[in-house]
Amino acid sequence: MTQKKIAVAIDDLTVAYNYKPVLWDIDLEIPEGVLMAIVGPNGAGKSTLLKSILGIIEPVAGSVSVFEKSYESQRKKVAYVPQKGSVDWDFPTTALDVVMMGTYGSLGWIKRPGAKEKKASLEALEKVGMLAFRDRQISQLSGGQQQRIFLARALVQNAEIYFMDEPFQGVDATTEIAIINILKELRKLGKTVVVVHHDLQTVPEYFDWVTFLNVKKIATGPVKDIFNDDNLTKTYGINYKVSLLQ
Amino acid sequence: MNISEYIQLLFTDYTLRTITIGTAILGAVCGMLGSFAVLRKQSLLGDAISHAALPGIAIAFLITGTKDTNILLIGALISGLLGAFWIRQITSKTHLKSDTALGLILSIFFGVGMMLLTFIQKMPNANQAGLDKFLFGQAATLLAKDVWTLGIVSSICLVIVFTFWKEFKILLFDEAYAKTLGFNTQRIDAIITSFIVLAIILGLQTVGVVLMSAMLLAPAAAARQWTNKLSVMVFLAAIFGMFSGIFGTAISASQSNLSTGPVIVLVASVFVVFSFIFSPNRGILFKQIRLSQNRKDLQLNKTLQFMFEIVKTHKNISHPHTIKILNNFQGYTKRTLKKLEDKKYIEVNGQMWSMTKEGYHFSANLYNQDTSQNND
Repeated sequence: MTQKKIAVAIDDLTVAYNYKPVLWDIDLEIPEGVLMAIVGPNGAGKSTLLKSILGIIEPVAGSVSVFEKSYESQRKKVAYVPQKGSVDWDFPTTALDVVMMGTYGSLGWIKRPGAKEKKASLEALEKVGMLAFRDRQISQLSGGQQQRIFLARALVQNAEIYFMDEPFQGVDATTEIAIINILKELRKLGKTVVVVHHDLQTVPEYFDWVTFLNVKKIATGPVKDIFNDDNLTKTYGINYKVSLLQ
Repeated sequence: MNISEYIQLLFTDYTLRTITIGTAILGAVCGMLGSFAVLRKQSLLGDAISHAALPGIAIAFLITGTKDTNILLIGALISGLLGAFWIRQITSKTHLKSDTALGLILSIFFGVGMMLLTFIQKMPNANQAGLDKFLFGQAATLLAKDVWTLGIVSSICLVIVFTFWKEFKILLFDEAYAKTLGFNTQRIDAIITSFIVLAIILGLQTVGVVLMSAMLLAPAAAARQWTNKLSVMVFLAAIFGMFSGIFGTAISASQSNLSTGPVIVLVASVFVVFSFIFSPNRGILFKQIRLSQNRKDLQLNKTLQFMFEIVKTHKNISHPHTIKILNNFQGYTKRTLKKLEDKKYIEVNGQMWSMTKEGYHFSANLYNQDTSQNND
């Protein structure tokens, strides 16, 4: 295998809520251009890992670098798709307006989005198949549509690295396929995509890289090399295949 | 006093005009900032801050011995900010949720304030009376200089809201995401909160500690009913707040014994009740009407669908069938048949019915709606 550039390097990352470690001494290197799943049981710290990489949560120890520089200086190269349930969808705004928020970062303080930002946002909406819903109030969108709006908001950031927190949660088959196709397209463009994922069945089909996480990092690497019973058992504490058969 | 007399008085009576302008500005700025508080789900923050201001008023009086409003309000501002700061500290440093923190700070500060007020009232000093007007406010004490202060603070507030509109919006909708974009969310939050505190303090003189939070919440809650756009909501809330101030002052001025603050709050509540019932999309009335309309339509469509299943089996879609054939289906009545006929979906001829082309087309696509919507 050719030596890939490292997109994200995480060094000794430890996060604790009230003395209880949620992430313990994580060392992780994410090569550029992979489509990576983070898998692990509930409470394994998957979302926390994303949030602490992105500076939403303050880690107790450790550091994160993006393309060999500090994350703070590289923010514009990183986009984030939070869990759908993390916001109030009854907020008085439209689908297009939410997507436009993706342009706020490059605009910086005070400056308002203009025609260029609007055009980019409409294109992102089109890419996720939501152009017809651009003026729809966001509470009137279905769960899958809301998820697509969040994806479009990240796409409009035009980043190099995408972090997504359970983008497939509660979406129907059509949306799941639409989303995975977009993710694969991103990889084709050489972008790095990191996805917190729950459905183990689809890991080999969707992803080429995987990280097993359960408070500690269990394993990380190419799906074809490390996505096996051994690592699943280590991560989930049960023999996944045997339990499935019963 | 009738309306035209009142309006005439508004232009001739200096005091009344001052009070009206003051309450209108106060209502507008509170409505505007209240929208942010409501959308941040910090509705009770205003209540806690206004109650937390009371000990500040009492302590300012104890230290300076004057009843100069500005000095008392500076005391109120300091203890209000202290209250807000402690609420923030409690929620971030302990396991307590924000409602508990708000309740704690509100009652502790208000308790201390009331204790100090009774203490002051028992002091052997002729100057002490009148501090309790801050409990329910007294619009009559508004002077021209107070209105100027209100006007200046409101203008600054307007400029700030306009300048940081984008930042406010993203903080209100998705704070974590705003952080990842590189915005200092704590700073944005501090700006919003300090202006809310400022508006509350300025309102204490007119509306008072106890009812002040209603000035923030009522116009915003009413405005939310009418729009799905943040800018329109903020604008409407300001308008509702302004008219609450104007109408409230008018009502209390024409009925000499009513105190202004509570009347303003009541007028604002009328806006709320009206909006909750009559707003077209979110209002209870139209929701109920739509619900029953949908039920009727569904009943009708079910009948039509049943007929369609029969018609489908025949080559000629307009082939007549007896009405008796529908007896297998419980949902139909003569009225539904009449309605379907009115809509030109079927034709009824004696004991026979037949489906029109229009009806056939409509029922064939009736339940395809969902999928076609998902695909576009």
